[in-house]
Amino acid sequence: MASHGLSPSLNRLLLALKYATFQPRCCAVHKAHYSTVYNGNEKTFDKILIANRGEIACRVIKTCKKMGIQTVAVHSDVDSSAVHVKMADEAVCVGPAPTSKSYLNMDAIMDAIRSTGAQAVHPGYGFLSENKEFAKRLAAEGVTFIGPDTHAIQAMGDKIESKLIAKAAKVNTIPGFDGVVKTAEEAVKIAQDIGYPVMIKASAGGGGKGMRIAWNNEETREGFRFSSQEAASSFGDDRLLIEKYIDNPRHIEIQVLADKHGNALWLNERECSIQRRNQKVVEEAPSTFLDPSTRRAMGEQAVQLAKAVQYSSAGTVEFLVDSKKNFYFLEMNTRLQVEHPITECITGLDLVEQMIRVAKGYKLHHKQEDIPINGWAIESRVYAEDPYKSFGLPSIGRLSQYQEPVNLCNVRVDSGIQEGSDISIYYDPMISKLVTYGATRAEALSKMEDALDNYVIRGVTHNIPLLREIITHPRFISGDISTNFLPEVYPDGFKGHQLEASTRRELLASAAALHVASQLRSQRILVLYIRMFSLEVCGQWSLASPLLPLTINNTHRMLQSLSRDASGEIVLQYLGTSFKVRVLSKLAAELNSYMPEKVPEDTTSILRSPMPGTVVAVSVKAGDTVAEGQEICVIEAMKMQNSLTAVRQAKVKSVHCKAGETVGEGDLLVELE
Amino acid sequence: HPVVAALPQSSSQRDCRWYSVSNLSVKERIEKKRKAALLGGGQKRIDAQHKKGKLTARERVELLLDPESFVESDMFLEHRCSDFGMEQDKNKFPGDSVVTGRGRINGRLVYVFSQDFTVFGGSLSGAHAQKICKIMDQAMTVGAPVIGLNDSGGARIQEGVESLAGYADIFLRNVLASGVVPQISLIMGPCAGGAVYSPALTDFTFMVKDTSYLFITGPDVVKSVTNEDVTQEELGGAKTHTTVSGVAHRAFENDVEALLNLREFFNFLPLSNQDPAPIRECHDPNDRLVPALDTIVPFESTKAYDMLDIVHAIVDERDFFEIMPNYAKNIVVGFARMNGRTVGIVGNQPKVASGCLDINSSVKGARFVRFCDAFNIPIITFVDVPGFLPGTAQEYGGIIRHGAKLLYAFAEATVPKITVITRKAYGGAYDVMSSKHLRGDVNYAWPTAEVAVMGAKGAVQIIFRGKENQAEAEAEYVDKFANPFPAAVRGFVDDIIEPSTTRKKICRDLEVLASKKQVNPWKKHANIPL
Repeated sequence: MASHGLSPSLNRLLLALKYATFQPRCCAVHKAHYSTVYNGNEKTFDKILIANRGEIACRVIKTCKKMGIQTVAVHSDVDSSAVHVKMADEAVCVGPAPTSKSYLNMDAIMDAIRSTGAQAVHPGYGFLSENKEFAKRLAAEGVTFIGPDTHAIQAMGDKIESKLIAKAAKVNTIPGFDGVVKTAEEAVKIAQDIGYPVMIKASAGGGGKGMRIAWNNEETREGFRFSSQEAASSFGDDRLLIEKYIDNPRHIEIQVLADKHGNALWLNERECSIQRRNQKVVEEAPSTFLDPSTRRAMGEQAVQLAKAVQYSSAGTVEFLVDSKKNFYFLEMNTRLQVEHPITECITGLDLVEQMIRVAKGYKLHHKQEDIPINGWAIESRVYAEDPYKSFGLPSIGRLSQYQEPVNLCNVRVDSGIQEGSDISIYYDPMISKLVTYGATRAEALSKMEDALDNYVIRGVTHNIPLLREIITHPRFISGDISTNFLPEVYPDGFKGHQLEASTRRELLASAAALHVASQLRSQRILVLYIRMFSLEVCGQWSLASPLLPLTINNTHRMLQSLSRDASGEIVLQYLGTSFKVRVLSKLAAELNSYMPEKVPEDTTSILRSPMPGTVVAVSVKAGDTVAEGQEICVIEAMKMQNSLTAVRQAKVKSVHCKAGETVGEGDLLVELE
Repeated sequence: HPVVAALPQSSSQRDCRWYSVSNLSVKERIEKKRKAALLGGGQKRIDAQHKKGKLTARERVELLLDPESFVESDMFLEHRCSDFGMEQDKNKFPGDSVVTGRGRINGRLVYVFSQDFTVFGGSLSGAHAQKICKIMDQAMTVGAPVIGLNDSGGARIQEGVESLAGYADIFLRNVLASGVVPQISLIMGPCAGGAVYSPALTDFTFMVKDTSYLFITGPDVVKSVTNEDVTQEELGGAKTHTTVSGVAHRAFENDVEALLNLREFFNFLPLSNQDPAPIRECHDPNDRLVPALDTIVPFESTKAYDMLDIVHAIVDERDFFEIMPNYAKNIVVGFARMNGRTVGIVGNQPKVASGCLDINSSVKGARFVRFCDAFNIPIITFVDVPGFLPGTAQEYGGIIRHGAKLLYAFAEATVPKITVITRKAYGGAYDVMSSKHLRGDVNYAWPTAEVAVMGAKGAVQIIFRGKENQAEAEAEYVDKFANPFPAAVRGFVDDIIEPSTTRKKICRDLEVLASKKQVNPWKKHANIPL
């Protein structure tokens, strides 16, 4: 290829030019996310303290910088070289690593506010963002809380109270009946009033336990019999709960924005149905499911609710939507949501800027008819977690290599980490929010594919394999999703990208090309000039680069080279999933057939920690007999408690951990006989 | 040479016919012998070898060398023993129990011997030793490394002292070649008794897991002498020698992986002490900045980090061939490349025993440094060392003379020496770790560096003994010494650099130091404290 003839210096120059052109483009794109022009004459605050960390702190600081506001970061001691600390004008350490002693430490944060003279506080999400106590303490010292007032936080913070308020504000809530039902016929009458399908269960039974779904009168009678028996026998409590059953529910939420003068807007919806363990993974705006009239109905109800609690600032009203587009209020989040960037992409509003303006008491500039839906935006939450273990168990580590795909246009990456950052057990394992934008959904999706392929993350396990599978899954592409998407599509758990004959060939060809290149390079000892490799089938790439842009049979593919060793083992990230390929010469492959297979360790008799974390409890001791499925110990990692159970009946041989201990991934916890 | 000798005496016609007939028969015999040599101890034994998960001597050579590059010598050589029925034809194998010759690895010359377990269990006869000595002599003459693939039951007992003489001949050559050409041993089967001293004399010993053993005496003798019950694997398997004894430098899963790794390893080495460190084509920009390094050293000086993270981030393509990765883990040594040029890396490992120097790590480091120095490989040292490990175990074990080895090795080395102090450089260990005072060419300190006689707590207890306000004194000491300035103002470090620029700076320095010339005073040989 052309580069063969190029001198090294020219090559470098070309590389420099490439970056030079990328940089401004990148900035231009970033600006394009917000169409509203910032008005410099509108005085808001001189100095804002951001009571948060990570990407959201960085996100808030960016807008503050744009608005000419000085920023104060707070941080725990382990975060003292974090990105948000470096970005802020001032930084105050508020305590040691555990959140309860730092980011939730109100005394220390109040001290930080006093010592820096911050006039307002942006709480981000999580931590103190929906803490009415914190809002009260700020108010007491005359510091502005950038968010709704305490009344709204309190009203919406209580699940029962918020439903009552919603009902009163004529917002759809899930219809239901909770009380003593005497006869089957009475149950049928209630069910008919609610409308089929209905869900029947004993009131005292928690969660989905003993839940029965009835689609007609006959099933209702049957459900009544079972549930009332169970209610009496298991719980000694006759009350039954009959509620509208939401089939294939979607989680769709409406972004609202309100000021202190009684104006409120709805900024369209976000579809957040792709979830695991009630945590969102992929979000998009708008939703493929809503028609304009449903959207308006939902938006108007959301605004009614906001007005009912004199809401100001940005907030989110969450709804469950059934397959017939009936929607029901779930809860209202009185803060900036994680997934707010997709709303910003399609509306052009900078929500943080609006929150700051509103907090200062300015009226909203926009009218409802000013709020557009421009194009389509998708957000993937890139987590440091292992997607092969129940769709994502936290992993920790140091980002030894890290490259965001921000050189691509229409890609926005909100992150608070950089190469060399630690993902620790103390905080949320989110690496970044990867947002792509396009005129159409297809465009945004294809951009997301590119962005995921170009995202270099080394040092921690991440969920890019899962994200890439979701956004390329036919059901997702067709918009046929619900909150049960992951368990339905992967009933046996996520297993990575499944290769077909053609993709398998592509992978093997790529690995072989890489192997040949490194073999050829091994023969270039004492060659003093540098030149780039080029292979006809592969395009141009270097053995040192983590990214391998290949052209295989005229298809452009972005592969990543994860590792390569002398015994011919090559690990490539291909279509999001990492594959281990072994490339051997013909001779080596023949001789390899004589090599014995090594017996792996018997894992049924040992229990190793599946993730790094803290041992909360050990339920067994040496000599105990455990039954299959019995809990052995509980590990807490990133605010999640994980119960580890025995895979078979056995006697406990030895216990290698105790409560309170910190364990690493793969550490031996318990041995069985 | 009876045939050749017979020629001039014979008359033309008859002898022509005789000659041609005889020629045919010789040709046939050559073919036959060659075929026999290729089969070693016969198909049955080859199958048995395969069944054990081992390759044959010839398969190993073929896999190790570039295709078609092997030039064999002494294929026809046979043992000369005539006792115990050894003189019978069925007990003669052309080439005897070793395959020898030369070949190329990625185009570079190498001499190889590969012991053939299918012939008398690979036992060492006088002929066997003669073959090995021949290629070693040649390797010395032309200046090329020697690789030995060991798979031998031991001495050829039938030959008695001739076999022992053979061993000694090899040992002598191992010693003479030491420091002249690189010598590598790959143990791929048993290697017991006196035989172990040949690998022990070579520069690097690698092993194959589960199928190779190295010991002076086997489990049976151990049982009868010391009454210890021990398995072959526990006594001299790959795990023992790579983790406990430090006899072997690395172990690999099986024959194929071992040989492929050996090829990779060979790429790092110069052919002889006359050659410079090899430079391979490099795709990794030599001016690459490594931002991750700016945050790698934790704030708390008591908190550990992984020195390998630094090494991987700095060297070309994160490619680091670690030597003895599982032995004396408080020091990291191995080969890497900077801008394509082979370098030796030495680094304290804060993750293990705080990276202190003890007996094992000193010896491990010293031997590696001396190899690099002997073969013109620049040494890059990363320092984070709290000192030498205290305690009776260490003192009784002779930490003084063992620690001196590392000091000696660094001081003696005349290859380019670049040192980066990442954090602690305390006490005598600071001097040892390729300090400026030991002729370090370029010595850098990161902003996190602390060069001092000892940690603040200990120092304050001595300086301000009995005084109150120890905490205040400690703070003063930290302020004065827990930073790179005391060393920098005296010129003991050349510069304080941003960690992210380390790769760029080292690459640039190596370029300059390529022409470094430094000679130690003439001596017969030095006297390292062994």
